[in-house]
Amino acid sequence: MEFAELIKTPRVDGVVLHRPFMPTVEGTLCLTGHHLILSSRQDNTEELWLLHSNIDSIEKRFLGSLGTIIVKCKDLRMIQLDIPGMEECLNIGSSIEALSTLDSVSLMYPYFYRPMFEVIEDGWNSFLPEDAFKDLEAMTDEWRLSEVNRDFRVCTTYPPLVAVPRDVDDDTLRKAAGFRHGGRFPVLSYYHKKNGMVMMRSGQPLTGTNGRRCKEDERLINATLRPGKRGYVIDTRTISVAQQAKARGGGFETEANYPQWRRIHKAIERSNVLQDSLVKLVEACNDQSHSMDRWLSKLEASNWQTHVKEILTTACLAAQCIDREGASVLVHGTEGTDSTLQVTSLAQIILDPACRTIQGFQGLVEREWLQAGHPFAQRCSMSAYSNSKPRHEAPGFLLFLDCVWQVLRQFPCSFQFTEQLLVLLFEHAYASQFGTFLGNSAAERVRLSLPEKTVSLWSWVNRPQEIDHLSNPLYEPNSLVIWPSVAPQSLLLWEGVFLRWNRSPRCQEEAHEEMVHIIEYNKELQNKVNSLRRQLAQLETQEPPLQTP
Amino acid sequence: MEHIRLPKAENVRLLNRLSPRRSCVGTLYLTATHSIYVESETQVRSETWVLHSLICRLEKQVNTSTGSPLLIHCKNFQVLHFVFPQEQDCVHIQASLQRLSQPEQYEELYCFSYKPNVDEAERKEEWSFLNLKAEYRRLGIPNSLWKSSPVNQSYKVSDTYPAELYVPESATQQVIVGSSKFRSRGRFPTLSYYCKDNQAAICRSSQPLSGFSARCLEDEQLLEAIRRSNPRSDFMYVVDTRPKLNAIANRAAGKGYENEDHYSNIKFQFISIENIHVMRSSQQKMLDVCELRTPSMANFLEGLEGSGWLKHIKAVLDAGVFVAKAISEEGASVLVHCSDGWDRTAQVCSVACVLLEPYYRSLKGLMVLIEREWVSFGHKFSHRCNHLDGDSKEVSPVMDQFLECVWQLTEQFPCAFEFNERFLIAVHHHMYACQYGNFVGNNQRERQQLGLRDKTHSLWKHLWDTRGDYINPLYRTDNCQSQGVLRPSTAPYCFKFWSGLYNRFDRGMHPRQSVEDYLMAVREETVQLEEQLASHKEQIEKLENKPEWTGEAEEGPPLSWGLAPGGFVPQAGTPQDYSGGFIASSPCQQRSPVDGLAFTPPQNQTSEADLSVGSEQESGIADVSFNSQLSEEGPGEPDPDDAAYSAA
Repeated sequence: MEFAELIKTPRVDGVVLHRPFMPTVEGTLCLTGHHLILSSRQDNTEELWLLHSNIDSIEKRFLGSLGTIIVKCKDLRMIQLDIPGMEECLNIGSSIEALSTLDSVSLMYPYFYRPMFEVIEDGWNSFLPEDAFKDLEAMTDEWRLSEVNRDFRVCTTYPPLVAVPRDVDDDTLRKAAGFRHGGRFPVLSYYHKKNGMVMMRSGQPLTGTNGRRCKEDERLINATLRPGKRGYVIDTRTISVAQQAKARGGGFETEANYPQWRRIHKAIERSNVLQDSLVKLVEACNDQSHSMDRWLSKLEASNWQTHVKEILTTACLAAQCIDREGASVLVHGTEGTDSTLQVTSLAQIILDPACRTIQGFQGLVEREWLQAGHPFAQRCSMSAYSNSKPRHEAPGFLLFLDCVWQVLRQFPCSFQFTEQLLVLLFEHAYASQFGTFLGNSAAERVRLSLPEKTVSLWSWVNRPQEIDHLSNPLYEPNSLVIWPSVAPQSLLLWEGVFLRWNRSPRCQEEAHEEMVHIIEYNKELQNKVNSLRRQLAQLETQEPPLQTP
Repeated sequence: MEHIRLPKAENVRLLNRLSPRRSCVGTLYLTATHSIYVESETQVRSETWVLHSLICRLEKQVNTSTGSPLLIHCKNFQVLHFVFPQEQDCVHIQASLQRLSQPEQYEELYCFSYKPNVDEAERKEEWSFLNLKAEYRRLGIPNSLWKSSPVNQSYKVSDTYPAELYVPESATQQVIVGSSKFRSRGRFPTLSYYCKDNQAAICRSSQPLSGFSARCLEDEQLLEAIRRSNPRSDFMYVVDTRPKLNAIANRAAGKGYENEDHYSNIKFQFISIENIHVMRSSQQKMLDVCELRTPSMANFLEGLEGSGWLKHIKAVLDAGVFVAKAISEEGASVLVHCSDGWDRTAQVCSVACVLLEPYYRSLKGLMVLIEREWVSFGHKFSHRCNHLDGDSKEVSPVMDQFLECVWQLTEQFPCAFEFNERFLIAVHHHMYACQYGNFVGNNQRERQQLGLRDKTHSLWKHLWDTRGDYINPLYRTDNCQSQGVLRPSTAPYCFKFWSGLYNRFDRGMHPRQSVEDYLMAVREETVQLEEQLASHKEQIEKLENKPEWTGEAEEGPPLSWGLAPGGFVPQAGTPQDYSGGFIASSPCQQRSPVDGLAFTPPQNQTSEADLSVGSEQESGIADVSFNSQLSEEGPGEPDPDDAAYSAA
């Protein structure tokens, strides 16, 4: 087995582990192919099992022969291991570094992981496009499921089945694909049942500098408009960025060629800018200086909250066009795999109550992120502590989760799930025993045989005990559109992720327990009263007792 | 009435800052105590009441094509933006309000004319709701170490101190009087809080008049007596809550701080909290940020940092933590002072008390604490809150900061406080509103002279009677958060911007569903269920024991919980009153007409905020400020227009 070569010292005794808000543990450190394990070998103390893939970077320090390794994780936790013996420490350090940066996907833990729980429903089949389309069919016959992308022939980042206007044939789609970045021709993202308006997404049109046009593309998106109606194109880039894109063959829908569409430019930042923000934000959160000025200026300089505000505002805008203006919307940025998905998925959270349930939210992540071709493997290969220069890394998905948290905070009774589900998805997107977030697209997931060889995260989440754990006790289904406030005063730092390891969770946990207690006690009483009421009714209608013979 | 130059202005527009579409037209009426804005063109009568004592600043802006704008800034952070079609109306209204909002004499204040329907005996009773003597007894005072001192009975020694004071058993009258002559305003070291468990005490005073070298034997003896009143500790802390530089500067004026060489067994410590002038300007800067029309995140965070407000809040909390630690962990007594000992000293002593003792985290406990540390010890409410037309340099949000420190703690310890945010906001409101006599005047002597206890009503009883609105559903007395000493983190990221207070009237900014209201509704229902359960059990027992069926089935009360809790809970899509229950028409708030919060007076009126959302089916679309670049290109003109999306 290849791992053995990488593990120079598989075991060290007398290692001391320091973790935030937990007692220090002394025990034996073991390295396996996928885990760093520390066990005190006593029954009652907790062990540490840390996936190597969760390790973002490490730092080594020496004081005499005592070595210390600071392990910085992708979930933003930092743990410290005091290792006696300089050589052991160096060996452990280099092994961790090698094991946490394995190149080959097939060596990743999900390929080795065997579930210790009973799989009730295979998560790989939980959210199939066919099933989602059935729901759509029940509402409208204006759309069809096209197989034009079978075997990923037209677009490598789309799933094999996509929803397109009924009256547009596959040939038109193929031609339109040729005119869109990455072959990402406009497809249906969301159908608003209330008024039949739709949200579509795509890659940028390839107009180039000489204003190329494509009749099929125009026909395709015009086919989504009702007669006499106008639609909105929401370009997630500023006008100047969109202009510059022309020089590289990209561009935007011009008024002349798309007279029925009105274009709105927003300013959602791109990958490396976002990654830089994350690094700065996390650094600010870990600053020990205790100076308020420093904290606020670092928080501001990270720009993280600015991104949250911009993304949320754009999503609200899309939702507003659909719900209030009664207009259909096409959303795209450059590739259509990042900011586009942030906007389309958040707009659905706002518009569609179904997306605010536990199942529905998973479905949304599956549809708008996984199937839609967000390149998770590239985006999430490094987190905030990585020392290497970022290539394709970007916390786009984390920003989406942050925005959902903001809406959840403003509407605490309208979501079936708690913040825990969002934190869970953040963790698993970066490091996981499940195969869900491996690969960059549907095509890659097929090539990697993930459904056959790995377990889906959804298989684990959709078990009664886990659902129970993630359920929001305050949930009251709310069928309305929920419009969040995007004022800076209304958008807070997501403590559950960014300050998670800086503050003891105890007080908030107690508050949650108290909340559950209040609600559970109420339910219990309701049941008791109802059963007594039935008993009473029975007694009251009973005939006078008969004499038993 | 002679101050009202124009009793009524018509066709006045009231602009909604966050959602311009919700602006309305109506008539503005001026009365002696309130301005009342009545919207026209609405089915439901909608009124906005502004108490004149709450008005802090009138801002007449340059005329526009639509009329003359007048901004009314209130002390409770409400900003009303009126536009008058006639400039003349605007001028008259402004002049009238200018005078009405700044009375020249105490007797003009609202509390002297506020007459709720309460008889005289009851009114008198209100004032005995809180009893400081009982509070000291609760603390175990007097005892063998601390005694009551009659020295200030007629306010002769210190005219800003209360009559009832507690001093070390061994402190003689001569020592006290001697010490008082060596302290600013005669505010000698006296007991603030006594910790029964370990006998450590918090004392408070003003600065010593030490100058560069002066000393006072009696003052030194008094401090020594304080230290000895805590037999288990061989030293005591003296905490000067000013920045060291300020304290040094005071020496030149013959004031200053304790010289460790002159006092035996003291540990002297500076904890820098800035003075009232710095705090005033800091708050104003922060409020400017709150009022920005459509700030970017960067504008907001930069502005917040630039204001320094949270830095000051942190400084006050840090000082409180220091004192609480000295008492609880080191078992040492602490003397706290600043310059005069009525601003920063009050802040630090009261924050320390909240941290130290669970009682002060209860509804009544916080009232008592405010009554003791702020009201009785002579925090100059009338000056700091600008109740009368006075020196603007005396105005400062010192008490605001204390309330905010408590709020910051409630955020960190959600189960530790019996009261909710609404309670803190209510106290804040009444501190400025002058509807009740509690916060009128600058010290006990002044209040006595004004005869407040004979002529006005007391807030505390009123808040207690309406306590249902102020209960934190998560509070548990048996919870470890609510027992013992609170140890908050004061890392900068633990401090949040308190939009519930400073943007209180920008309802669109607040969460649309309140966890607290939801839980309160559930708890109310739970109480009902408990009653039903008991009565059902009783009935069943009766029926089962009855030998014969009577046929007279009792009809139980209708199942009221069929709707709840969903029925109680504001649905996300229909924005409701999240303003903290200050708006009389809020669905779950049935307030008596005499209740004075916000614009509450008689009749059923709604606030502007309420009506503005009246018919909206869904939540606050207009609150989402979409400023987007619209590209409307003509041929060869690729530049985008800058236009608000809603205009599209």
